[in-house]
Amino acid sequence: MIKIKSSEITTKEDYLSRRDFLKTAGIVTAGAALLAACGTQEEIPATPATQSLPADQEAAPLSEELTPQDSVLNYNNYYEFTTDKERVAKLAKDFKSSPWTVEVSGLVNKPQTFGVEDLISKFTIEERIYRMRCVEAWSMVIPWNGFTLASLLAAVEPTSDAKYVRFETLADPDQMPGLSNGLYPWPYQEGLRMDEALNDLTILSTGLYGETLAGQNGAPIRLVVPWKYGFKSIKSIIKIELVAEQPSTFWEDIAPNEYGFYANVNPAVAHPRWSQATERRIGELKRRETLPFNGYAEEVAHLYEGMDPNKLY
Amino acid sequence: MNTKQWKFTPLQIAAHLGSLIPLALILWDISTSNFGVDPIRDFTLRTGKAALILLLLSLACTPVNTLFKFKQVLKLRRPFGLYSFFYASVHFAIFIGVDYFFNWNLIQDALLEKRYAIVGLTTGLILLALTITSTIGWQRRLKKNWKKLHKLAYVAGILAVVHYIWLVKQGVLDPWYFAAILLVLFILRLPAIKKGLTSLRKRNLQRASR
Repeated sequence: MIKIKSSEITTKEDYLSRRDFLKTAGIVTAGAALLAACGTQEEIPATPATQSLPADQEAAPLSEELTPQDSVLNYNNYYEFTTDKERVAKLAKDFKSSPWTVEVSGLVNKPQTFGVEDLISKFTIEERIYRMRCVEAWSMVIPWNGFTLASLLAAVEPTSDAKYVRFETLADPDQMPGLSNGLYPWPYQEGLRMDEALNDLTILSTGLYGETLAGQNGAPIRLVVPWKYGFKSIKSIIKIELVAEQPSTFWEDIAPNEYGFYANVNPAVAHPRWSQATERRIGELKRRETLPFNGYAEEVAHLYEGMDPNKLY
Repeated sequence: MNTKQWKFTPLQIAAHLGSLIPLALILWDISTSNFGVDPIRDFTLRTGKAALILLLLSLACTPVNTLFKFKQVLKLRRPFGLYSFFYASVHFAIFIGVDYFFNWNLIQDALLEKRYAIVGLTTGLILLALTITSTIGWQRRLKKNWKKLHKLAYVAGILAVVHYIWLVKQGVLDPWYFAAILLVLFILRLPAIKKGLTSLRKRNLQRASR
């Protein structure tokens, strides 16, 4: 049996007390409200009451602890650097994420290019604690810092022709050695339907665990769409484009039968080569059952009413 | 004590020690609590890779002898094969007992309905059959059929690489390196190539002795 020392898992006390402070200061609201909405599935305590409990009692089946920051920083799928998840952090160590601009263009009334620091000061940075479910059947719980994509889109005023949002990642071969793998259709691109982009869960993140986003996590700005498989949450965005047609996306280009445009987390629809029924939460020993829409069905299931769930992988 | 029975060549000792290195590293990491971010995946991958490498080493012995007339390596086919089976068993045990925690419903879904898992399981069953019949007793009992049966080691090699390829996302190159090595080993076994190599070696020997 593999025994993981509780000291390696539990880094949350410090963090929770910090959250507690933020809460008192009235900053954390959306994240907490969201957690409350999820009911018993989310039992991340608002107060550090579990501090006195022994480690084995903390790991109750339904509780969802934050994934240790160290794991979030050292287990990354970021193929522009390498396909080896545990080497991305090292290769992205000196990634230059400042200065950085994001061009927002296409079918909008006010196309603009924003500096990332302008975005951070312009919009309210909230904390959102989201599950992150990778298509490879592992998952994390990450406290993101960011603002809603809807607020950015409102600033550029999409026209009525805009039906989809297309995102593009930086492709700089000098900084990203993985780009030399010619088998991939660089640059990385992703897309959302307009209503998905405007959903309140969809955020652009500029940090996690209260710290500026690290290179390996998609610095300086990335998308987070928690009800979809992780590959939809595109990193290091340089361009956001409002378009009329469904844009082509990186993984769909490579294997359309395996990674579709929608890529909604769905335990009932298996990946053609492996099951999606369960997942391993990083830091936990036993597998968890994967939840429809990654546990966010209440917030997003209505977006897909009338659509064939088998087409939504 | 029968000294003859226990006489190991330095090459054999090196092969045994080398085959045990992955196990030693895993035990060391466990005893020092040196775990990666996803230890279950890590140990599954490491034991799987060890099994695959040892299987390829076992398949490489015959071509090495063809190329260099280095008969000693032929004695390594069996230990490499047995170690490969050992790591494959640990790999499987982690999958069933740790990753899926003996949850048979999930295992049925994950193992019996997914082609990469079916191929992996088939590889394991072949290695099991070859392990059971690896003794001199079985060699005698099966006579000519033993050689035929043990040709399944090639099939196991192919299936193991396919198992790996089907596991990863497209464009991840690691399993393709193993596929390339396997391809080279097969080419070296083609009768025409083998004949050419043998005559080339003989000619070189003659030239050297002249």
